[in-house]
Amino acid sequence: MNENILFLAHVDESGKALPKIACEALGAALALAQQLNAPLEIGLIGENVQSSADSIAAAGAARILSVAGLDFAKPRFSSDAAAAEALCRASAPQLIIAPGTSRFLRALPSLALRLSAQVDTHITSLNVTDSSVTATRWFYRQRIEGLFERKARPWILLLDSGCHEPWHGAPAPVSCQELAVPVPPEAKRTSVTGIRAPKSDSQTIRPDANLLFVAGAGWTKKQSDGKIHPQQAETLILDFLRESGASLGGSKSLVDQSGENQAVLGFMTHMNQVGQTGSTPRHPKGLSTCCHGEEPHVVGWRFINDRRAINLDPNCGWARGKADVLYVADAFQVMDKLNALLAERAAELQAK
Amino acid sequence: MSGVFHIVVCAGTVPDPLQTLEPIESPAGPALKNEMLLPAILDPWAAHALYEAANLAAYHPGSRVWLASLGPKAKLQQVMMTIAQKVSFELLAVDGSASGFADAHSTAEILAAAISALPGLDRSRLLLFGGWESASRGAGVTLQLIGGRLGILDQFQGVDQITTLADGSLEILERIEGGRHQVSICAGPPAVLGWATGNLPEPRNNPQIGMANMRTIMPALQKAKPAPPAQPGLEYRSASPPKQQRHTRIVKDLAAEEVAREIADWIIKS
Repeated sequence: MNENILFLAHVDESGKALPKIACEALGAALALAQQLNAPLEIGLIGENVQSSADSIAAAGAARILSVAGLDFAKPRFSSDAAAAEALCRASAPQLIIAPGTSRFLRALPSLALRLSAQVDTHITSLNVTDSSVTATRWFYRQRIEGLFERKARPWILLLDSGCHEPWHGAPAPVSCQELAVPVPPEAKRTSVTGIRAPKSDSQTIRPDANLLFVAGAGWTKKQSDGKIHPQQAETLILDFLRESGASLGGSKSLVDQSGENQAVLGFMTHMNQVGQTGSTPRHPKGLSTCCHGEEPHVVGWRFINDRRAINLDPNCGWARGKADVLYVADAFQVMDKLNALLAERAAELQAK
Repeated sequence: MSGVFHIVVCAGTVPDPLQTLEPIESPAGPALKNEMLLPAILDPWAAHALYEAANLAAYHPGSRVWLASLGPKAKLQQVMMTIAQKVSFELLAVDGSASGFADAHSTAEILAAAISALPGLDRSRLLLFGGWESASRGAGVTLQLIGGRLGILDQFQGVDQITTLADGSLEILERIEGGRHQVSICAGPPAVLGWATGNLPEPRNNPQIGMANMRTIMPALQKAKPAPPAQPGLEYRSASPPKQQRHTRIVKDLAAEEVAREIADWIIKS
């Protein structure tokens, strides 16, 4: 079977480049095209896609199609779906590979209906097995990994971040074949008015950080003196984030406290929540503090390779094969010393 | 009528997250060992959607909330015993598989047909709610496909907040990369909203709400039509739990200074 591939992407918020995850998905699409010996085309969406097209000119696509204009500047379901549909109809591919960005996760699943296609998201790898294209993804919140194939074509596949080496190449001028896509008034009922960062003293979610730092509910519980110390906890955690550059995660029990009128950490929101009903971030290392490491939380650590935890309970969940190292210690004391050490080492580095 | 919403919350049942899940082979493809015996809960993100729906309906008198669920009748009945005590809703039950390995396309087709046939549903006032993905299939496509089948052109995913503005439009906050929200203004229903966690706490159990709900839930369960989802062209090669088992080094009786030094070395080491 001929498996023509269309790689779909959109420009990032700057409007001038592709998001990093798009380069990863392009790498996966090119690797698959090579395995299948199949032609690959590229479709781009954005207000102005020329600089993005130039940046991937060396990928060797048979042609680069585009849908551009003010209507496609901001992520909106109706216009993005219309643009993607036009690109797919122009290319008539069997496989459509795209990055799993928030913009595409919103717009592309419904595209399957318009194209009588099938769609899968959160794909972690693409391969050719016994001459068939197979994909892997996680089921039951990262607790079971499935390898599957679909007979139907077109097949739309959205890839998760961090699952493939990003494609790199030198930019070069390239001409795009621009498609005219009218957006009717009924598709303009929604307008995107802006971006809002969570209420926070500083940005605490850093997807590219080397370290994930997770705070559990223990930070707001009574300490050895019989009192709670939420303000001290806030200071220790924020100081650590500043010194280490880590990304902040929280357990559900901690982020839920704000709705239950308990002592809370002011900068912690549901956006930080890691686990069954939270995110599953990808960082090389993870440090858990004051968190018991129960299964619903730890499923969010599936993609954290090197894990350490600080907890007063030597029998907590982390001790049962979920962390590489468990320090049975008081997190308040350890973090205080750790912050001092990191500050000291940063000062030494600056002095050099 | 402009301030009235007809909210349909799509929510499946999933195994209690504290249970161990073991995949097995069945004639219909992968399944979970002792699946029918595992205690179930309402899918957590969809449950948030239900709480948000009830909250929105409470501020807009005359609004109605339906809970549309595809799952085995026995499981639905078990889950309803708990969830019915949380908020008021009418149940739309379809008797079928709630497996995470069931195909999202078939599931969407069945639910869209059931929602289309809901008596009293005003499609022009429809807000289709659900979780932005489930804790079982985790496909992240089912709600969008249902919305597409219902012809809804305004869709939002990873929603954390909805606010009704004075002119009847809706301000919607969706999660995007980097821990931020995209703010959109939608002219009004119909719309699809796939919820993340929202901002509301889980409501306390209220037996009075439970008793009122159960008067309509039990007949809805009895009337649930069987609809086994087909899997056209979807073939699983394998389904397996992750193999990695860590050998945890437990460090006790070490001074805070020593623990801090070890962690600092570990952080700095590339």
